[in-house]
Amino acid sequence: MRRATGYGRRATVRSRSLLPVAVATVVALAACHRENRHFTAPPGTELSPPQQSMSGLVAGGESVEFRKQQGKEYEGNAYHMGEGKRLFQWFNCSGCHANGGGGSGPALMDDRWIYGGEIDEIYLTIVQGRPNGMPAFGGKIPSQQIWQLAAYVRSMGGHGPKSARPGRDDHMQRDSEQGRRDQPINPAAPPSSTD
Amino acid sequence: MHSIGEAMGVHAQHIDALWHAMLWVCGIMYVLVLGFLGLAILRRGRRRDEREVVHAQDERGLSMTLVAWTGLIVAGLFGLTLFSYFTDRALVQAASQPQINLKITGYQWWWQVEYVDPDPSRSVKTANEIHLPVGAQVSATLASQDVIHSFWVPNLHGKQDLIPGRDNDIRLQPTQAGTYLGICAEFCGLQHSKMHLDVIVESQEAYNAWYERQLQSAPPPTEPLAQRGQQVFMSSACNMCHAISGTDASASVGPDLSHVASRRSLAAGALPNDADSLFAWISNPQAIKPGSRMPIVPLSEHDLEALTAYLRTLQ
Repeated sequence: MRRATGYGRRATVRSRSLLPVAVATVVALAACHRENRHFTAPPGTELSPPQQSMSGLVAGGESVEFRKQQGKEYEGNAYHMGEGKRLFQWFNCSGCHANGGGGSGPALMDDRWIYGGEIDEIYLTIVQGRPNGMPAFGGKIPSQQIWQLAAYVRSMGGHGPKSARPGRDDHMQRDSEQGRRDQPINPAAPPSSTD
Repeated sequence: MHSIGEAMGVHAQHIDALWHAMLWVCGIMYVLVLGFLGLAILRRGRRRDEREVVHAQDERGLSMTLVAWTGLIVAGLFGLTLFSYFTDRALVQAASQPQINLKITGYQWWWQVEYVDPDPSRSVKTANEIHLPVGAQVSATLASQDVIHSFWVPNLHGKQDLIPGRDNDIRLQPTQAGTYLGICAEFCGLQHSKMHLDVIVESQEAYNAWYERQLQSAPPPTEPLAQRGQQVFMSSACNMCHAISGTDASASVGPDLSHVASRRSLAAGALPNDADSLFAWISNPQAIKPGSRMPIVPLSEHDLEALTAYLRTLQ
């Protein structure tokens, strides 16, 4: 009897000492897809979003599913966002938007989105262009690269998992810990007239 | 293409001489040390049963030998130090009056080569190849656009790193005509191994002819297929990154394609430069050089053929 108890205690001690290892393994496994490099877009992720999602109102159904899938593929992936960051310089987005702080184009690191701040809405803004100076890049930049750009633009405002967002910028950067974290984005509210 | 062991430039010849001197000095010393060691082991084995008696005469002989041995070591080391010092001086002094000024920029994963002329209209930009006349003194500024690369043409000189944010300098002076291989000698990412560069050393006349051709734009395409290819190039993603002189395409983040058909290889040594490889490269660069900055541009088969036909005219 005593012997059996002794064994039991020893087994408990051993499983307790294994617990941190198990937890660490699970945590480490979660990071496995952080930098999965898809050099060719996996099927379905290079598509254009449904056009009606241009408005801030989402009718639900397909476009929400699509948005979630694109967000997962591009925003949860450090490689794609790193590529987006490089393309942001290559295609001279910073010429108008600076490094997200805004210049002759609007700032991208705040929470004001004139044409919607979801990844598929930003995609469409880049593809179609917008009034007052944003050129249309559809047909000029392959779609996978536009998704990468869109994911990077969103990351400027602190959206997407922090573990995957590009860190260590040389230029100004939004401190996302002070801002809102991954809350649903509201379209820009009209300035209130009651202050 | 020459074997990389042959010294075909002034700098490489100095380094080669130093290397051979070190090989001989160190080799002779190595053989001597091992010889004495073997001798000692043999003598010890023969005398195992005898009593160890050291005579005064033996001792004098031993100290003489030791003094000579120390002298030999000092002379060898001093000689090598001196040789290395003079080699260093010679390397710095060689090609001190450059006639050709280059700017070589490392990209992931290709080389941009610019011939810098005081007259900007006589400057030339190309990729993954350097043409030089025999005997010319060349100064090259080395820069990097992204990560650390290293410029290494073993036939001409040792390695020199390309560091982002600072300019390094390397001097070259080829002494014999030929085609020499250059590589990136600092791990720089996924396609580090496919980052080659050709150095083509030729006669002054051949070099001048090449240079004049680089200054000209390729003639506009005359064949209908190639003309269609030019339209595809100008209206799709190609001209967002590449430049072709004499056309509207003038972006500078990818290799300059003004004379792409005249180069020996495609994609920095990844493929031979022929129509089939070019077609394969444009249709799926990621299959040939995964991770390459060149994206897959969705184009129809006909457009791809037209584009290939157009790019092949850029001699």
